[in-house]
Amino acid sequence: MRLQLAQPGNRLVGPELYNQLFTIHGTTMMFLFAVPIMQAVATWLVPLMIGARSVAFPRMNAYAYWVFVFGGLTLYVAFLLGAGPDAGWFSYVPLAGPDYSTGKGVDIWAQMITFTELSALLEAVVLITTIFKLRSPGMSLNRMPLFVWATLVTQFMVLFAMPAVMLGSTALILDRLVGTHFYNAARGGDVLLWQHLFWFFGHPEVYLIFIPPLGILSSIIPVFARRPIFGYPAMVLALIMTAFLAFGLWVHHMFATSIPALGKSFFTAASLMIAIPSGVQIFCWLATLWSGRLNLKTPLWFTLGFFFILVLGGMTGVMLSSVSLDLQVHDTYFVVAHLHYVLLGGAVFPLFGAFYYWFPKATGRLMSEMLGRIQFWLFFIGFNVTFFPMHLLGLLGMPRRVWTYPHGMGWDSMNMTATIGAWTLGLSVLIFVVNVIRSYRHGELAGSDPWGAGTLEWSTTSPPPPHNFDALPVVHGRDPLWEPGAQPAYVSGLAAESREVLSTTALDALPDLRLLFPSPSIWPFISAVATTVLFIGSIFSPWAVVWGSVPVAVALIGWFWPTRAQNRRAVQLEQRP
Amino acid sequence: MTELRRVPQQAASDGNDASPALMLDVRHLPSFGFGHRSLMWWSTVCLMLIEGTVFAIAAMTYFYLRSLTVHWPLNAAPPALVWGSANTAVLMLSMWPNQLAKRAADRQDRVRSRLWLSVCLLFAVVFLVLRGFEFAALNVTWYANAYGSVVWLLLGLHTTHLITDTVDTAVLAVLLFTGPFEGKRFVDVSENALYWYFVVLSWLPIYAVLYVAPRL
Repeated sequence: MRLQLAQPGNRLVGPELYNQLFTIHGTTMMFLFAVPIMQAVATWLVPLMIGARSVAFPRMNAYAYWVFVFGGLTLYVAFLLGAGPDAGWFSYVPLAGPDYSTGKGVDIWAQMITFTELSALLEAVVLITTIFKLRSPGMSLNRMPLFVWATLVTQFMVLFAMPAVMLGSTALILDRLVGTHFYNAARGGDVLLWQHLFWFFGHPEVYLIFIPPLGILSSIIPVFARRPIFGYPAMVLALIMTAFLAFGLWVHHMFATSIPALGKSFFTAASLMIAIPSGVQIFCWLATLWSGRLNLKTPLWFTLGFFFILVLGGMTGVMLSSVSLDLQVHDTYFVVAHLHYVLLGGAVFPLFGAFYYWFPKATGRLMSEMLGRIQFWLFFIGFNVTFFPMHLLGLLGMPRRVWTYPHGMGWDSMNMTATIGAWTLGLSVLIFVVNVIRSYRHGELAGSDPWGAGTLEWSTTSPPPPHNFDALPVVHGRDPLWEPGAQPAYVSGLAAESREVLSTTALDALPDLRLLFPSPSIWPFISAVATTVLFIGSIFSPWAVVWGSVPVAVALIGWFWPTRAQNRRAVQLEQRP
Repeated sequence: MTELRRVPQQAASDGNDASPALMLDVRHLPSFGFGHRSLMWWSTVCLMLIEGTVFAIAAMTYFYLRSLTVHWPLNAAPPALVWGSANTAVLMLSMWPNQLAKRAADRQDRVRSRLWLSVCLLFAVVFLVLRGFEFAALNVTWYANAYGSVVWLLLGLHTTHLITDTVDTAVLAVLLFTGPFEGKRFVDVSENALYWYFVVLSWLPIYAVLYVAPRL
């Protein structure tokens, strides 16, 4: 896209392909990358952080994974076959409706939403149950690492936000396939209904992307400041407040529509209010850094980059929450600049930091510090060179989603600058990939706790064994590895040759149940294949929902039905309450 | 030791250096538990939150579309009351065998659990048949206008829950008859009953939206 826009009147790609490109880019980044990667990081990290041997419902976890993979493949296979969606990542009707988008592209888009949201909802159930019930003994809620808190808060947001877009995209596909009229104004429907349903999900989604990185930063900052986090209760409350406020903001994406002025004022106020909990967190981090002894390594560099970029993105956000300014720059490159500052600053910088920070835990080897710093500076400079000119382009009136523009608008040089910045970003990511491959093979051996961190994941070997911990730890404080040893330090009495896990009470994490977890099984995969057949089939015939549900039901029953061997072992270990 | 108490490292090893490290022994813990002690309870509650949100957003869609027009329902008579009301009565009655199944499961009584699950299934057959008549008595098609679309959506969503809950209950009942059986199936029966309550009670607001709102 940046190559196409580098010069005025460029003919590298045509308008149809350009429309598909920006739709696929936005859809991939929002639905296939940003939200799922946060859940994926949490699925790996949360059990390690809370001292558990597995996530709750390992088979449902597998099913959610396969459903996600098949959903992503659907979108890309359709794109390569030339049937990619082209109505933007939010598929506004009437453009995405049956009258103006006649191919299968939007149907594919809508079903991809169904796939990914189903996967995200199931993963949210897995994570919530894991966090409430599988914490190691002694890790009461007020001792939980902040990353786990951020994950918990985010997963509750998933439960309440995702249903809106699932319902909205189902109504869209019904309009397109069986002739319903949800969005057809001629028969009593309404196009703004789509925008309400979409943004009731879409704004919380920004926080689904943004809150887990807050947890990542709260893990990195104390370790590299070498002191416990400042203001733990304030941090937790700020996370929860952000989550609540996030549901009261969606209309600020719709200031350019015909909603009442009073509504706009309300949503402006709500949008400004989100600055309060964000400010609380920023100041707690600053206090932690200020009073600590800094250990300036790559993860901390990315954290500092986050501060800089996010503050800039946040300031344009405050500007956009004013209705009058929003109307001026609506649908211009100003918005593109704002959203990239917020999303890359808020999610990608912390994710890179997280990668450098937890890579030694995952692989047992440290990443190269020198390449890491080079990558950070290239990324930081490249990012600003790419996206800062877009603010100015937007103020000069360059609209979003145009495939080209004429010479003489005063946009030429800044577009060229942005394209050069994009190449710099590409180079930075290339260096990152080289660093990962090199460090994976020849990196310095890390040992179990290379950074001197305080949370439980650093108490096990690097990489951790499949069961995470040889002996389940018992926790006596907020930063277990930084506190004087206390006993009991470990749990005993779980069956060693079966998948027995310890479940604890939800609030105080007192030992409660000895649960036998299921062994690996092919059924979640078969169920995911059957689900895929149903979803894809329904694009071509509504009856697929009827006949396609039969294999799904059979697969799910096969999944549930216990085998003799499992049953025998369960009965042996059984102890009734 | 079997309870979680903090013992400072020094105190534990004072006096006798050879004293063994204290371990938190969990050997005596039960292998399943009811209510919020069980993982299934948490996943069922999450599922109810998700689906409750879906119902709520569908109902809001209904009232949003209604707010756009002065005539409601659009070019259609309100749905006939008889089948919907009869079905509401059947659904409410089905909470009785459901509660008995739950109670039997909580007492770990396999025979009564499967008996009352079977009675629940009989109710399920009745309300699924009645649901068919309800669709026929909506007095509008889904492709007529936006009103038709949204009432079919609401009724369709709830019917999906009736069907899945019926299949769940049937599979569980068969397993209780044929085995292989283990104690944690009682937890499954108990959580199945919780979900049944959700499906029945979430019907009441949907009934009010579908049948009462167009008459106001």
